[in-house]
Amino acid sequence: MIEQNGKILTVNDLKTYFQTEDGVVKAVDGITFTLEKGETLGIVGESGSGKSVTNLSIMRLIPEPPGKIVSGTIVFDGVDVRQLSIDEVRKIRGKRMAMIFQDPMTSLNPFLKISTQLMEVTELHLGHNKKQAREHAIKMLDTVGIPDAKNRIDGYPHEFSGGMRQRVMIAMALSCDPELLIADEPTTALDVTIQAQILELIKDLKARMGTSVILITHDLGVVAGMTDKIIVMYAGKVFEQAPTFELFATPANPYTKGLLKSVPDPAHEDGTELYQIPGLPPDVANLPPGCPFAPRCARAEDICRAQYPPFVEINENHRSLCHFAKEVYAESVAEREKL
Amino acid sequence: MAENNENNLLSLKNLQVHYKIGGGLFKTIKHVKAVDGVSLDIKKGETLGLVGESGCGKSTLGKAILRLTEPTGGQVLYNGKDLANVSQKQMRDERKNLQMIFQDPYASLNPRMTVGQIIGEPIRTFNLSNGGSVEEKVQNLMETVGLNRRFTKRYPHEFSGGQRQRIGIARALAVDPEFIVADEPISALDVSIQAQIMNLMAKLQREKNLTYLFISHDLRAIRHVADRVAVMYLGRIVELGQAKTVYAEPLMPYTKALISAVPIPDPEIEAKRTRIILKGDVPSPINPPSGCHFNTRCQYAIAECRRIEPKLVEIKPQHFAACIRISSENPHIEENVKNGLGVIGN
Ligand SMILES: Nc1ncnc2c1ncn2[C@@H]1O[C@H](COP(=O)(O)OP(=O)(O)OP(=O)(O)O)[C@@H](O)[C@H]1O
Ligand SMILES: Nc1ncnc2c1ncn2[C@@H]1O[C@H](COP(=O)(O)OP(=O)(O)OP(=O)(O)O)[C@@H](O)[C@H]1O
Ligand code: SF4
Ligand code: SF4
Ligand SMILES: [Mg+2]
Ligand SMILES: [Mg+2]
Repeated sequence: MIEQNGKILTVNDLKTYFQTEDGVVKAVDGITFTLEKGETLGIVGESGSGKSVTNLSIMRLIPEPPGKIVSGTIVFDGVDVRQLSIDEVRKIRGKRMAMIFQDPMTSLNPFLKISTQLMEVTELHLGHNKKQAREHAIKMLDTVGIPDAKNRIDGYPHEFSGGMRQRVMIAMALSCDPELLIADEPTTALDVTIQAQILELIKDLKARMGTSVILITHDLGVVAGMTDKIIVMYAGKVFEQAPTFELFATPANPYTKGLLKSVPDPAHEDGTELYQIPGLPPDVANLPPGCPFAPRCARAEDICRAQYPPFVEINENHRSLCHFAKEVYAESVAEREKL
Repeated sequence: MAENNENNLLSLKNLQVHYKIGGGLFKTIKHVKAVDGVSLDIKKGETLGLVGESGCGKSTLGKAILRLTEPTGGQVLYNGKDLANVSQKQMRDERKNLQMIFQDPYASLNPRMTVGQIIGEPIRTFNLSNGGSVEEKVQNLMETVGLNRRFTKRYPHEFSGGQRQRIGIARALAVDPEFIVADEPISALDVSIQAQIMNLMAKLQREKNLTYLFISHDLRAIRHVADRVAVMYLGRIVELGQAKTVYAEPLMPYTKALISAVPIPDPEIEAKRTRIILKGDVPSPINPPSGCHFNTRCQYAIAECRRIEPKLVEIKPQHFAACIRISSENPHIEENVKNGLGVIGN
């Protein structure tokens, strides 16, 4: 057992790489964070920044080869997950830590009825018999808002709509009341009313079971309402981390500021183009030297292109990977005071 | 020749898709009424937004227009033809003009083909490289949707969720279509790439006079990209109008609830606001409520709502709604309720 002081999860310097045609993709390159019991962490960042790979690594679900966790530790409730055998991992996965996957079809078997897939989980982890498992499965589908669950449960995944499949997967992840829930874009396919219902469900699980949650989402509206703290990822690295309130109020990184600026604003007049961060996310198999954001950063100076930026401490809970972190932070504070 | 106003690219007439489920030994067959009598005109060059709760029939409607799922009734008028009733062979030729961006990108990308082959396939099928090389065109398309042009040899599973979505977008754009059903094209994308894709779609529309049916549950995005918006509930269109009007002054109780639930990217506002969370379960499309489908969850429902099927009528200029408790003289349901008005519309 590793001493943890109320922390359910500690990830330290995690690196997960993939071998591909055009070189090594450093999908996750030195990620460090902790999660207290009962806390909710948000992970945001552009497409391809390594959010899913970080969490698949925690769940030990990286396909090897071509992928490999090359270094780092992942300590879940005192146990180093990387040292566990696959059998030991299976006992935890789905029961003590569960994941809602970004792509429902990666975790649903297209050839099996929804009922079979849901029942398997509680038969395995909670020792349910067929009848109990079926009742539990119907109850779970009800809770995630599938109408007429008892008539739909014997359907196949292709007979469900996109959002319904996503909810089946949420039902599956929540069915054993996990201690750690990793939710990878759990509500992307859901409309706002059901999204609100699912988010309530996660809050309820937290209140009831003290569950800790990692919420990966590109919806800054969702992270704003749901999380205690946030990490912002870019090119496999943590660019900024801060308590939620502080990150929105006074970001200390140009990349975070760009993300915040590109949210569509319903009050906007028509015809205006949405703000977009210029350029493309980098190819992580071929990163430039210096700051990986430099080619797209309006603030970049020569030093950014030459030297890798430091992870600057703004305060005890707030850090930013940027040569000018303190200045950017000061500007945010000034902008906020003007409001 | 089927009639169709020339400003309309497509006219849906009472379109219907009822899926059979169940069956098998000893089991009764039931029908999911996914699309239940939709009549809608899609104008040339417009972006028509389609919103509604999960499972209300949006994807089915989009697929039925392109015959990717078979309509069980009604018509889809396009260039004087009824697409709902042409042969599959004729339909394949029409797909050069009518394309779809799928909601579930992974399920719609062949895992054994490289991305270059996936995007290049329709270019080869319809012979569209215009003398230039297919590879060149593929690489340009990839760049357009924000993918590195060097990724052509990679397979779909080697991409992140949002990257896969963009492969689907590039594939739909490859044939220079006239009409695209974009089924949740941006919901898997982060905000900055959402902005990039929305801006791109708008640019292509200006340049090529493209017409979109833009399916999304994200009202913020719809508000931004759509000219008009149609609100769907359990297989039927219940409200239709200019996107900004529907967003600012919704007529239907259902639309009002949808709009109030949009999350706001500001933790201070989020902590204070209250949402109208719709009460009651979403009814089943196997057995939808009689009369107005929304009556089981509507706070203004009266006995007649269970009997009368409201029709979509013009309440304000170019703004249609399907509710028996509003009319063009009295468009505000809250006032009508306060004044004790019962059935006044329809
Ligand atoms: N199996 C794989 N083989 C090769 N590269 C991969 C593989 N899986 C992921 N990658 C690459 O790793 C990087 C990070 O991917 P990841 O799925 O973590 O992104 P993400 O932040 O979750 O993005 P999104 O928001 O689009 O889901 C991407 O560049 C992706 O192309
Ligand atoms: N092939 C099928 N067989 C049987 N039922 C189906 C089939 N496809 C869809 N359905 C059902 O039809 C209804 C409408 O599904 P559809 O996919 O059109 O919804 P949607 O509005 O796109 O929802 P979402 O926002 O979740 O994607 C749902 O109840 C769904 O389960
Ligand atoms: S280090 Fe330079 S390039 Fe990187 S985010 Fe900071 S200012 Fe921009
Ligand atoms: S017809 Fe009745 S139930 Fe339907 S929206 Fe109007 S008031 Fe509500
Ligand atoms: Mg992802
Ligand atoms: Mg759909």
